[in-house]
Amino acid sequence: MIRSENLVKSYGEKVVLNNVSLNLPKGKMIAFIGANGAGKSTLISLMSRIVPKTEGCVYVDNKELQQWNNNELSKRISILKQSNHLNIRLTVRELISFGRFPYSKGRLTKKDNEIIDKALSFLSLDNIQHRNIDELSGGQRQMAYIAMIIAQDTEYVFLDEPLNNLDMRHSVQIMKGLRKLVDEMNKTIMVVIHDINFIAYYSDYIIAMKDGKVVSQGYTDEIITKEVLKEIYGMDIDVQSVNGKPICLYYN
Amino acid sequence: MPRYAMEVIKKHKKTIAIAAFFTFVLLLTGSLFLFQGLTTKNAYFFFPRRLSKIAAVLLVGYCVSYSSVTFQTITNNRLLTPSIMGFDALYLFIQTVIVMFSGQKKIAMMSGYTNFFVSVFVMIICSFGLFLILFRGREKNIYFLLLTGTVIGSLFGGLSSFMQVLLDPHEFSILQNKMFASFNNVNQNLLQVSAILVAVTMLLTVRDNPYLDVVSLGQEHAVNLGVNYRRVVLKNLMVTAVLVSISTALVGPITFLGILVVSITRKVTTTYKHTARIAMAFLTSSTLLVSAMYLTERVFKFSAPISVLINFAGGIYFIYLILKERKA
Repeated sequence: MIRSENLVKSYGEKVVLNNVSLNLPKGKMIAFIGANGAGKSTLISLMSRIVPKTEGCVYVDNKELQQWNNNELSKRISILKQSNHLNIRLTVRELISFGRFPYSKGRLTKKDNEIIDKALSFLSLDNIQHRNIDELSGGQRQMAYIAMIIAQDTEYVFLDEPLNNLDMRHSVQIMKGLRKLVDEMNKTIMVVIHDINFIAYYSDYIIAMKDGKVVSQGYTDEIITKEVLKEIYGMDIDVQSVNGKPICLYYN
Repeated sequence: MPRYAMEVIKKHKKTIAIAAFFTFVLLLTGSLFLFQGLTTKNAYFFFPRRLSKIAAVLLVGYCVSYSSVTFQTITNNRLLTPSIMGFDALYLFIQTVIVMFSGQKKIAMMSGYTNFFVSVFVMIICSFGLFLILFRGREKNIYFLLLTGTVIGSLFGGLSSFMQVLLDPHEFSILQNKMFASFNNVNQNLLQVSAILVAVTMLLTVRDNPYLDVVSLGQEHAVNLGVNYRRVVLKNLMVTAVLVSISTALVGPITFLGILVVSITRKVTTTYKHTARIAMAFLTSSTLLVSAMYLTERVFKFSAPISVLINFAGGIYFIYLILKERKA
């Protein structure tokens, strides 16, 4: 389980994350929502130790981040951020094989190769596995990075805007894949996604943030309501039910 | 995994061919340099001297290659080489200070152990101090460090220009010998000491290559994959400082070679693996240096310094690259 206590992040005088205490339920797809600058990305960066925290504690399976051995921790949690710029030439397969680094330190075993094959077919990347990353479209590149995280095979997965650059078809493919990871392999996946309808449709649990604080949290049907959304976004959002799933109409 | 093995060979065919070509040129110019004009009468005199020059070239080639390739990895930038940290400027500053203040013993001070150890020691202390002071804060990033290095480098550059103006022409001519890289006056004993120091850094870094491979994905990916990013970067900066200091103190300002070698390596290698990239860079720099040394000594009879030749070849290569890129 991942838990944070009084988590604070500030850059100089500016506080971007203010006293966030959270208990993230296990084996769920958890979505972070909120306006730009609410602190969602900062929060998941802190919880996955990519960015050092200013104050507070983060516990992964009841052990504080600093007490974890870095390599062991990378077998428990993984994170994929939004901007991924590469300065080296890599094929899709080579990129994905980096996901096995915590286990094999660059010397791939037979088992590693099997897991890489699985990650490739999980996102249907088999036929482009020997293409170079810099020749791919933005969407394919994003899929390759997600496959790397899948190959890392961690219990907890943080994804910062995984649907960036993706068309509807790829977005749905990814969300279905993530759903499968949660339902079949009992992983805990934490995502920051801006499209509220993707969250309403696929996520189990939602954490809503505003101005560096958590303003509300709960199961999807508790959060995706007119009142809560008004508080978070300051907009009147019409919530309809289509086939038993909430759909937000925020276009006017 | 024969399936992958075939792919690997197919993918790296070009690299393997170019490596074979470089090896051929290296062996050709190397043996020409070693054996041309050798007779049974003069061999006892020339051969050991030529051999130690080749050894110096290989040593410096390794220092420049390792430091340039890994420096680009840790800075995540294709254009930077360790020369941006101002090592050459600091070296020239140390030499200028020595000439200015060593009085009667100038010539003795300019060569030999004292100069070598003073230069290496001061350069290493300065860079370690800079790294430890600037890289310790939690929010500091490596560009802050580089920028400071650049500023300090130009400070030393300015100071040495100022002091050089105050020198009399005789003193300046002594200093001038130190301002260009040269493999001619490499001291046999210093070469051994340097080789030992470099061997120690090789032992210390022998397991680092897979970690550097991960660091080349960028800081966030490296941390995510469980690499202690700051430790890898700091260690690498320190090793770079040691290697650059040794090679500079041994043969003079040589970091100009880095950008050329690392660009050629990037152009001709298709792998991201540091083991292969460092080996290729080493092969490239040795080939360049040995050929340039052969040309300087035997063809141009010392009328052009080795750095002029290498920069000339490098300049042509870069113009070729620009023209080719423009067409594509």
